[in-house]
Amino acid sequence: MKITTRSTAAERPNTSAHRRDTLWLAALVHRISGVLLACFLPLHFLALGLAIEGEARLEGFLRWTDSTLVKLAEAGLVFLLTVHLLGGLRILVLETLQFTKGQKQWAMFAGAIALVLAIAFVVSFGV
Amino acid sequence: MTFRQFLLQRLTAAAMVPLIVVHIVVIFIATRDGLSAAEILERTRGSVGWALFYGLFVVLAAAHGAIGVRNVLAEWTGLARSRLDIFMWVFGLSLFGLGMRAVVAVVGAS
Repeated sequence: MKITTRSTAAERPNTSAHRRDTLWLAALVHRISGVLLACFLPLHFLALGLAIEGEARLEGFLRWTDSTLVKLAEAGLVFLLTVHLLGGLRILVLETLQFTKGQKQWAMFAGAIALVLAIAFVVSFGV
Repeated sequence: MTFRQFLLQRLTAAAMVPLIVVHIVVIFIATRDGLSAAEILERTRGSVGWALFYGLFVVLAAAHGAIGVRNVLAEWTGLARSRLDIFMWVFGLSLFGLGMRAVVAVVGAS
């Protein structure tokens, strides 16, 4: 009868190595950005729905969004929307056109463009 | 995720690409001199074009978001398929309802 012993950490395969892979990170960013956007959408719709009660009601809410903290959060939303859009485009092109070249570069490009747009949004307000 | 959900997820994603690009451009233009209700409603009030644009956007985003969140929940939680489907429908229909209410609000604002 074979006696099994508990393996040491050095003997076990490194199961977290994939987490350092750019495309694994891209998939994680795509999922998290999607979930956060899905959480934001009802609030976005409720805010715009204030116009039902009149322009003044919507205006009152929008003045609340003038604060620096909200502007920074909005820049975060610009980042999330852009990175989800470009990350999704990469997946669509990959799946439908079998375009597999330079995937890591495309993923990093998506993140960089999203970051640039978010910074441009912040700069446009001089936050 | 069923094949139908997979296909719908990809089709809604592809259809939303131009809408999101326009939306991002509008975000930058609308917030350029500070966001105001008057500016938003001046653009959208009584506009059939914006009503169709945002109405379509809401339908696509509701379906895409509901299927997407269901997919993430299926991967990250041990929820049963029936519960995932209930969540997907409740979330999707809520997004649709709230979204259409918002479209009516900004297009039909007095």
